[in-house]
Amino acid sequence: MTQIKVRWKSLRKRGRKMKIDAIMIKEEDNVATALREMQPREKAVVGIDDKSIEVLIEEHIPYGHKFAVKHITKGENILKYGEIIGRATQNIASGAHAHIQNIESLRGRGDLD
Amino acid sequence: MEFKGYRRSNGSVGTRNYVGILSTVVCANEVADGISRQVRETACFMHQQGCCQTPVDIKRVNDTLIGLGRNPNLFSVLLVSLGCESTGVEEVATAISAEGKLVETVVIQDIGGAARSIAEGVLLAQAMVEEASKMERVLCPVSDIVLGLKCGSSDTTSGLAPNPALGIASDLIVEEGGTSILGEVTEFIGAEHLLAQHAKNGQIGRQILDFVKRMEDRAKSVGADIRGGQPTGGNIKGGLTTIEEKSLGAIAKAGTAPVLAVYEYGVAPQVKGLVVMDSPGREPEVLTGLAAAGCNVIAFTTGRGAPQGFPFVPVVKITGNRVTWDKLRDHMDVNVSAVMEGAETLPEAGKRIFQEILEVASGRLTKAEISGYTKAMDIYMVGPVI
Repeated sequence: MTQIKVRWKSLRKRGRKMKIDAIMIKEEDNVATALREMQPREKAVVGIDDKSIEVLIEEHIPYGHKFAVKHITKGENILKYGEIIGRATQNIASGAHAHIQNIESLRGRGDLD
Repeated sequence: MEFKGYRRSNGSVGTRNYVGILSTVVCANEVADGISRQVRETACFMHQQGCCQTPVDIKRVNDTLIGLGRNPNLFSVLLVSLGCESTGVEEVATAISAEGKLVETVVIQDIGGAARSIAEGVLLAQAMVEEASKMERVLCPVSDIVLGLKCGSSDTTSGLAPNPALGIASDLIVEEGGTSILGEVTEFIGAEHLLAQHAKNGQIGRQILDFVKRMEDRAKSVGADIRGGQPTGGNIKGGLTTIEEKSLGAIAKAGTAPVLAVYEYGVAPQVKGLVVMDSPGREPEVLTGLAAAGCNVIAFTTGRGAPQGFPFVPVVKITGNRVTWDKLRDHMDVNVSAVMEGAETLPEAGKRIFQEILEVASGRLTKAEISGYTKAMDIYMVGPVI
């Protein structure tokens, strides 16, 4: 299991705000939203308020799509806005594309009743 | 803070001053459209309902047409009826005119066909427009704004920039004594606990949860996963993965004001402030519901670029997706993509949306009005076509 060390850095340098590649809403979130298209092996600066972390991207991430900011285990809740947006249907590596191929909704599931 | 609107005899305020041409049944749409196309300053509302439906839905059609006819953006109303439909045309006409509004009716089967009905309707509408044009805009307080909140063709930018910015604008309108209506109950699924916390009291909170359960049960009754329908294929392409994620972004447009009341589809609020109205998320039905509830302006956020407005209520389009702003410029009114890039704060963007709403309320045209992209509307039905 490859778990990145979360090291928060300040986004402000000499009073200027650094450019970010992706955004997280709450610190407890395990996914971030890409603000530009990203390619494997890029280092993404993920902003949250005035802080940031770096995440090594593992897969192609289209603009506006999400990637895991830490390893997510199958069955774990996916958190965005600090709220549950679904559940992992398989392990999701840090930096991997987090979308319908590995996340299921817990609501409106007429197929499960 | 003021805007310039048309004050009606019942005290409500229009941001537009149209003669409304309302089709009472799907079979009368062609004639209603034919009349409206030939007379300036008319606005035509067409839909797919009004016949072969259960009494529950016929009542819904009647009530919606009454609400639309009473909308303050209409100076007077011309109803266009086929003659054999289930819609209660007389009931609708009586209820609209009860508020002092002139209502005329054209019945295609009585007059004798589409061509003659269009000719008669055009002459009636011309006289009505002549009267309407005597109205002048006067200064009105922001408390006369009834704002409809809508998001469509959402992507992940929607919940990060335009929806929270619109929430700030909605809060500003409510602070000034105005009204803001949140529909799209489907898009509360997964976020309803947060909205219920905003309710004025426990009873309103429970009503919100009941509305969501009713909508979710209805969706689940077909026995399928709603993904693909909600979120839509386009939402998914835009990066939204589940209805929960879409909802958490969508409810941000309601801001932080308390939810004072909860209403069924198309029902006009009896209070000023933030209220919830039952409706699905699809554009034709929710826009109609907001207009029937008396909205005189609608703010509509979009990620991938939803083009439509409404025939007689200005719809302000707001996007936070810079690609959409560049590619669909002829449909977009406000660009808040700078929020995504950190160059503008949410409060700054919210203030800008608030200003835009007041300017549009005072007469500035939206892109949807200029392009006339307003025809494909409908009424939200609960039962089958029979």
